[in-house]
Amino acid sequence: MLHIYCPHCGEYREEDEFHYKGQAHIARPLDPEACSDQEWGEYLYFRDNPRGDHREVWFHATGCRKFFNVVRNTLTYEIRESYLIGTQPKGDAPLGAADS
Amino acid sequence: MQRYSALGLVTQAVRHNENWQRVWRNPTPKKHYDIIVVGGGGHGLATAYYLAKLHGVTNVAVVEKGYLGGGNTGRNTTIVRSNYLWDEAAHLYEHAMKLWEGLSQDLNYNVMFSQRGVLNLGHTLQDMRDIQRRVNANRLNGIDSEVLDTKQVQELVPIMDCSANSRYPILGASWQPRAGVARHDAVAWGYARAADALGVDLLQQTEVVDMIIEEGAVKGVRTERYGDLYADRVGCVVAGNSGVLAKMAGFKLPLESHPLQALVSQPIKPVLDTVVMSNHVHGYVSQSDKGDLVIGAGIDSYNGYGQRGSFPTIEHTLQAIIELFPIFSRVRMNRQWGGIVDTCPDACPIISKTPVRNLFFNCGWGTGGFKATTGSGHVFAASLAKGEMHPLAEPFSMFRFHSGALVDEHGAAGVAH
Repeated sequence: MLHIYCPHCGEYREEDEFHYKGQAHIARPLDPEACSDQEWGEYLYFRDNPRGDHREVWFHATGCRKFFNVVRNTLTYEIRESYLIGTQPKGDAPLGAADS
Repeated sequence: MQRYSALGLVTQAVRHNENWQRVWRNPTPKKHYDIIVVGGGGHGLATAYYLAKLHGVTNVAVVEKGYLGGGNTGRNTTIVRSNYLWDEAAHLYEHAMKLWEGLSQDLNYNVMFSQRGVLNLGHTLQDMRDIQRRVNANRLNGIDSEVLDTKQVQELVPIMDCSANSRYPILGASWQPRAGVARHDAVAWGYARAADALGVDLLQQTEVVDMIIEEGAVKGVRTERYGDLYADRVGCVVAGNSGVLAKMAGFKLPLESHPLQALVSQPIKPVLDTVVMSNHVHGYVSQSDKGDLVIGAGIDSYNGYGQRGSFPTIEHTLQAIIELFPIFSRVRMNRQWGGIVDTCPDACPIISKTPVRNLFFNCGWGTGGFKATTGSGHVFAASLAKGEMHPLAEPFSMFRFHSGALVDEHGAAGVAH
């Protein structure tokens, strides 16, 4: 059972209360019409799938119903930190560094 | 190869079972192969077998980092069916189903394929509309499939709570009589034995650490144990590790890895002679020949490589199973485990050429690869032998995620496999 810290509620809650929403920090192309098929396909379907630290979006579905980001290890399931959308995690590991 | 037969069994028994031949060799690798298959699970071994048997390519190696059939082949809930919605997927899985039907004879190995039928339950009006649509599509594709009402479901599975007052009322089901279960380990062992007999080298405990690529074409694989092994073509069938191998070859795959868990109960007397699946409540159950109930859950929603599942997922599944089968409420569970499934955005596999010449990938089977073991190996072998994709494999190219021609099987594949 994951215990996830919701930065909006300021509390740890059980994973039952949350929905997983996939990889974080994906920027929508500014001009989608100008994208090639390659770029648009990458944006829609290609995700990081690291064995290690992963930045991801969670939704506090049965709580405050707000979104936030989490850094979680996909092998040990250890959650390193929760942080607000629009900010960067404090940890110094750059994205994908633990990807093996 | 020593053929297995009733007479052989008696003869060996009389001789105190001391003269059984080893099931496969433990060969020293050659420096060069026509084709190297990376991954010694069911799909990889089937690929090697059909290469040797149907295409006459016997200079083949299967390179496996652990032991044969030790990944998802040995972790699934062994269900085999072919009632998929879209033509592309239905043709592929039905191709596999036809191969299942003669497999034990073909391999001279009892894979315990039991066509006991599969029920997919409908609990809502929309479920029933989707079931009718899928059954109609199946029938147009020549796949046996029927819509059953509540009464017919109750007749098939007397122990299931089909009353109108149940928490998940059963409005009906789709029924595929030819579907069923097979013994998963036996499938890997049977293919391995038959492939070995045709001259295929099975290299276990041999991890691929890099791809040898020159001028945009693959030349072989680098292994920890045997150094460089060269080949004209390389086929990767490594499920959860596909992303890792793709990275070695310098491209990305649209796969995400999730834990999928299952559990078995203590053995009990026969109570369930078919397979019951429910997409709506995320649970499926069958009873093995040994008597244990084999129960499968949905995938964990988050990405993960830990081979264990999350507690809320298993709790949710067992709640649903007990609502459907109140009789199971006192059954004790023996074991619970998780496998890592590589899921594609459209719930269909990737059987494809890659940006690297002579390098082929077969992956992304997600939660439902076991049922396709036969067909997947068959079409992948044909593709590797000819260097051109088999017609049944063509719609499953990895380039569909750029062209947009997805085969959206979330309805038929969904959670329950």
